[in-house]
This record gives sequence, structure tokens and C-alpha cells, in this order.
Amino acid sequence: MLKPPENILTVQNMSVEFPTLSGVVTAVRNVSFSVGREKVGIIGESGSGKSTVGRAIMRLQPPQAVVKADRLQFEDINLLTVPEEQMLSVRGRRISMILQDPKYSLNPVMTVGEQIAETVILHERVSRKEARQRTLAMLERVNIRDPQRVFGLYPHEVSGGMGQRIMISMMLIASPSLIIADEPTSALDVTVRQQVLSILDDLVTERNLGLIFISHDLNLVRSFCDRVIIMYAGRVVETIATADLDDAQHPYTRGLLNALPSLDHPRDRLEVLRRDPAWLEN
Amino acid sequence: MTQDPGTAMTKSGYFTDLHNWLINEDFTSTRQARLHKAYVAWLSLLANPLAFAGFAVVVTLVIIAALAPVLTVYDPYGQDLTMALKAPSASHWFGTDEFGRDVYTRIVYGARTTLYISILVTVIVAPIGFVIGASAGYLGGWVDVVLMRITDIFLSFPSLVLALAFSAALGPGIENAVIAIALTIWPPIARLARAETLTFRNADFVVAAELQGARMGRILLRHIVPLCAPSIIVRLTLNMSSIILTAAGLGFLGLGAQPPMAEWGAMAAAGRKYLLDAWWLTTIPGLAILVVSLAFNLFGDGLRDILDPRNA
Amino acid sequence: MTMTMIKVDHLAVSYGHGDSILRVVNDVSFEVARGETFGLVGESGCGKSTVLGALAGRNRQWTGSIRIDDETIGQKRSISQLAKQQMVFQDPFGSIHPRHTIGRTLLEPLEIHGKDNRQERVEKALKDVGLPLNFRYRFPHQLSGGQRQRVAIARALILEPRILLLDEPTSALDVSIQAEILNLLKDLRDREKLTYILVSHDLAVVAHLCDRVAIMQNGGFVEVATKAQLLADTVAHPYTRVLMDGSRGYVASQRPVGVTAP
Repeated sequence: MLKPPENILTVQNMSVEFPTLSGVVTAVRNVSFSVGREKVGIIGESGSGKSTVGRAIMRLQPPQAVVKADRLQFEDINLLTVPEEQMLSVRGRRISMILQDPKYSLNPVMTVGEQIAETVILHERVSRKEARQRTLAMLERVNIRDPQRVFGLYPHEVSGGMGQRIMISMMLIASPSLIIADEPTSALDVTVRQQVLSILDDLVTERNLGLIFISHDLNLVRSFCDRVIIMYAGRVVETIATADLDDAQHPYTRGLLNALPSLDHPRDRLEVLRRDPAWLEN
Repeated sequence: MTQDPGTAMTKSGYFTDLHNWLINEDFTSTRQARLHKAYVAWLSLLANPLAFAGFAVVVTLVIIAALAPVLTVYDPYGQDLTMALKAPSASHWFGTDEFGRDVYTRIVYGARTTLYISILVTVIVAPIGFVIGASAGYLGGWVDVVLMRITDIFLSFPSLVLALAFSAALGPGIENAVIAIALTIWPPIARLARAETLTFRNADFVVAAELQGARMGRILLRHIVPLCAPSIIVRLTLNMSSIILTAAGLGFLGLGAQPPMAEWGAMAAAGRKYLLDAWWLTTIPGLAILVVSLAFNLFGDGLRDILDPRNA
Repeated sequence: MTMTMIKVDHLAVSYGHGDSILRVVNDVSFEVARGETFGLVGESGCGKSTVLGALAGRNRQWTGSIRIDDETIGQKRSISQLAKQQMVFQDPFGSIHPRHTIGRTLLEPLEIHGKDNRQERVEKALKDVGLPLNFRYRFPHQLSGGQRQRVAIARALILEPRILLLDEPTSALDVSIQAEILNLLKDLRDREKLTYILVSHDLAVVAHLCDRVAIMQNGGFVEVATKAQLLADTVAHPYTRVLMDGSRGYVASQRPVGVTAP
């Protein structure tokens, strides 16, 4: 496994448990990984716990959930023990999250420009005028052609791709060092997706950030990320550089790759994943 | 549930087996699937003490109404002026009225009147409200406009005033009271049915049925009714208390049940003249109305939690 | 009996009426042979699902001509015409009645069409899609997404249609489940000699199942490509190539990233 020289985030033996009426459900079990200044993908099917991992890092899990870990270190902050007040200045400022549908993440009664400017004022205590300038510059940076006009639009007036670019500018304007993107492009068409991802790609490279890219789309993660963490039933079954995915060892990873229809490797029948109960033992 | 296997052959073992059979989701027959749903509903009713209390009162009311002759010794209409306006005692638990009739007996028989009115109104109102609302929602266009404007006209009057006007026009009597109350109760049901129908109108499973050739009647009965039924049943249960109150109000004003019929509202009205001398004549029927309408409300609230399709 | 199962000429479909009329599909013509699988690909709003809706009888505001199984189809269809084609929807959670058992869901079309031997037909349909027979007593919420999609396919097949109209049948499913459903669809097509029309946004899925593919943009076809063309990468239209790249994943950027979305 590749070990990046400088880790922004280190997760060691993290578990997330939900108490329910019929006993404790372990959504994430003994997950360990680290993120440096790179793009790390988390791949998994529905119910694999991939989104729960992202939320737990942000400390946004539902109140009844219990997060346990040997270590949960983000830069100089121990995420296991840091008090909630201090977490407020970490969330959004040093770790940002981009979700699937920007419509739900934006305030519907405030123009998008005001919302981005608000973020700047909140985190950096600059004047309103300067915040506006920085917002316009940021909107331009995510390839919005007419930032003045977009500044005054309400969330329902922007398209999906535009909304996701606005979200990206809002998340990046506070200069975080880690971005968690949870299925950021699943609701977008392929051409728009390509544009949004290349903006994200450029910004991550340019600002030297860490990115956790949570997705169900193996092709996408494979072509976009540097490394990929494959999750199955709350466990990490394999962590591998995307370039080496063809040599993946774990039968689940190989099963996923073979189940995917492909233009480049057509086959008459797709391979059906045989789930081995042994994968659940560790 | 957590029975020791060694003691499983006892009587409670039988219930454990039954419980497990009912709770098990690997159904082997349609009957088991239905019983499972009923059993789960029953368990969630037990888990909600207020709703269960409401349910218990409603069941008691039904039992009292059914067994009225067994539960009483006096004739509800038998007058005995020598016994008039006697305070509650061992022989007359709730005292007697101005004609010497036993109030306890009349309360018990009044339960019959109350149930008769509320059940009859519900039976009339449920299908009418559903058909009007669901047709408006399903067909849309001018049908929707016409049906909903008619509904709006009925909704725009305060229900008691409307019921008063109708029973005054139709003449006093319990059947006319039923009709008058039904006329005021159906519009909210129709609105509810329309709103529910609209949410499912373009659901894929309704479209699938249409593409297979299902006609409107079938879609409404087979596909929309099971989805609307929970919220309509909840609404009707919550309405029970307002039916009871309106019926009592009409009786109180002399437009509902006519003397000598035992009806709680009419009883309270008649007792009003003796309020200072014979408090039980108004208090007891008033309490009966209060307890029963509260019970229906609590039960309806509980049903909402149990039946809500969004919890399924 | 001709070799053509579906013949569509100059189909135009619109929504709304009066001033707010919106034409979604413009002058589309194509033919699908018996046993062929024809794909419709494009981005959201291109009209691919609308074409499918017109073929299914869901959307009646269309002009042009549609012939299915050598019969000209009008805006209103007879019950036997409706049974000729059946639709499978994208969302397995919304396409099955939540309060009906699976058995009830499968009996429904049989009752509408007055078929006999209902129990046998229900059992056969469940067996055909690879579900255990006792599933007929279950409710949809007890089933996984893949199992529900199998039920939806069983419901479509129970009337023994000649055509299945598939509206993104696997896009709501996990990759491994998608593979199972695509294999099932392939097996059913070969066994029952069915004709498919498959709508999808993913060219890899379409190329896997289809013989020919129409690429749609703004309510019209930009190109009709064969499977061989897709696999050999010899498609003619640049937009087709954009979609092909899209199904492969992200293409590292050719800086500067110029284009701005509309």
C-alpha cells in the first residue's frame, strides 16, 4: 500500500454503531486509512457504510450513533476528543463537504452570492465588500462566465451543474485542507459531470488539498482518483492505487470490476458477484 | 420472546410460538401476511399508552351499547314522578331526572344513540368523500374544478351552523340529524382524498396499471384506496368526536334526538333547568360526551402513527 | 408477418396545451426488427423517455405514425394492443404498489385481461425471473432493490408481451445487481424471443444489451449506431463520442477548462 509522505487525515480502527430496537447495528467496522494531499476514492455499494465514514469524519453522524476509533487525527486536531465549539471552526473552514444535491445544501431564500460571502465573513472576519470581491473571484475560478449575475441568483434559478460549481466555490473559499465529496456528480449528466470534475481536479491540485471522493461509480473513481478504498458491509476490503486496479487482489474488488459492462472489454455475459461470507470475517 | 428452550412446552411456550409465527416475515401464505400486519399494528397500539386508553374506552362504549339491557335494571323511558330529581345513591348511581327516570340507565342507552349517529354518519360520509375527492384528483381538469368548488362551498360555512340550517330545514329527528351532520363532515374527507390521490396519481405503479389496461374504477378501488385508507380512517376517527359533539349540540338545541329518546346532548339540555338543584343531570351526560370524544381523539392520534403509509 | 416489430415514422411528442405547449420530441423515425434490442441514449431532457412513453401508450399527445406488430396504433389502444408491450420502470421502489403483496401485484394484470390458470402463471413468472415462489406472500418493503426490479420484470412478462420497454432499468441499482438484471434480461430475450427498447444514459449498458443505438439530443436523433460501431469506436458524430467517454469515467482535463455550462 502506498503511504503518502504527509497525512492530513489518519483514521485507525474506526467503527460506527447505531443502537436500534433489535440490537446494535455496526454500520462501519474497524476501518483504517489515511489521506494525504491526494484524491482518495471510497467505493462501495449501497449500505456499505461509505457515506457514514464521511459523516463520522465531519462529526455529522446522527446523535444516537456511537463512533469509536483508536485514532481519528486531522492535522493537529484529535477529532475524537475535540469539543463541539472548536469543531464548528473546523467544519466548513478546514474540512468541507460537498453533497450530491446542491439544492438541499443551499438556503432557498438567500442568493447564492450572499451565501458564499457569508461563509467568508464567518470564517475570516473580513468586510462585506471584501467578501463580495472574493466571492466573485471564486465564482470566476469555477468557470462561471458571468459571476455578477450568478451572485444575485437564488438556488432554484440555477441548473444542477451550476449549483454543484457554486457548492464547490462555497466549500473552497474558506481554503480548507480536506474536502469530502459524497457522490458529488451522481445527479449530473456526463458532459456537465466532466466539467465539474475537472474544476474540482484543478483546484485540488492547485491548492494542494486532500480529497475524499465517495462514489458508487467504479469507472469514475478509477479515472479520477489516485487511490481507492473499497468498502464492503462496513469494512475496508482493499486499498489500492487506481492504476493498479486491474491487479486487485480481493475477490470483491475483482467481482465489481467484472460486473461492470464496458465498451472497451465487451463480454457476452457479465460476471455475477458471488458474495463470500468469509469477507465478513475480520 | 427470550424464553428458555427448556420451558418452551408450557402454556407461555404456545404464545411464544404464536408470537414468533406472527412476527416472522418469511410468510408462507397470504393469511399469515395479513395476520402479521394486524399483529404488528396491535403491538404498536400496545406501545402507545394514550392511544390504547382511547381504544379501550371506544371498545367499552361498544360493549356498553351492545349489552345495555343486561347492564341496567330500570326502563330508560319508565317515568316515576315520585322518584323525580333524586340525588345519586346506591339504587340510582347517577340519580334520577325530572320524570324520575334513572340517569345511569339513560346514559347507557344514550351510548347506543351516540354510536348509532356516529357510525351512520361515518358510513355515509366515507364513500361519498372518497369518491368525490378521488375522482377529482384522478381525473383532474374541469371535473376537479367543479367538484372542488362544490366542496369549497360546503367548507365555507361553519359546520355547526350548516348542520343547524339543514336540520331546521329537514325537521327535528335523529335521522335528519344524521343527514345534516353528514352534509357538514364530507367536504374535509373529499379534500383529503383528493390530496392523497394527487400524490399517487402519477406514481409508477399507477402508470403501470394503466399501461396494463386497468380502468379508473379499478385503479381507484384497488390501487388508490389502500393508500388513502389509513389517512381517511384516521381523519374519520378524529371526526368521531366532532360528530358526537355536533349531535349533542343539535340534541341540546332540540333539533336532534327528540324526547323521550335517551341522547346525551338532549339529556344535558333538559337538565339545564335544574342545574342548581340537580347538578348530576347536566354533569353526567357532559362527562360522558367529554370522555368519549377525548377517547376517539386519542385513538385517532395513535392510529395515525400506526397506519401512516410513510412508516411502512 | 413482416420482420419489423416496431415502425415509427415522423413521431413528434409534446406536453401541455394552448400557449404552454412544449414539443419534446421532433420528427423521429426508426424501425425495430423482431427480436432486436434497440437503445435510446442521451442526457436528461433529450426526449428518450418521452419516445418510450409514446410507444407504451403513456403519452398520448403525439403525431406521426406508430406501427406495432403490423398494426397501426392510434392514440387510444385496445386492451390487446396494450398487452403487446409492457414497461419496466427505473425506480424499483416506486414502481410496485407498496401495500400489495407480490402475488397481488402479479395477479392484477391477469385479472384485468381475464386470463385463466392464474396461480400457475404467477408461479411461472416468479420462476422466470429467478425469485422463490414464497415471495408472492411478501410485501415490497421486504425485498431488496434488485429483487423488486425482478418483480417489476415479472409483472411486465406475465401478460406474455412481444415487446419490453425498459426505462433505465438498472440505473438505480448497485453494479453487482445491475449485472444480474442485465444477464436476466439477456436470457429472457433469448428464451422468449422478445423485442426490447432500452432507454439509458450509460452507453456501456446500452452497448452490452443492444444491437443498435439511437443517440438523442434536443428531441431528435443525432446518429443511429450499431453495436459493432460502438465497440470498434467508429461512430460518426462527436456527441456520441462525448457520451462514450462519459461512460468510461473522467477524462483528465485538457487545460484550460474552457466551457461554461448554459
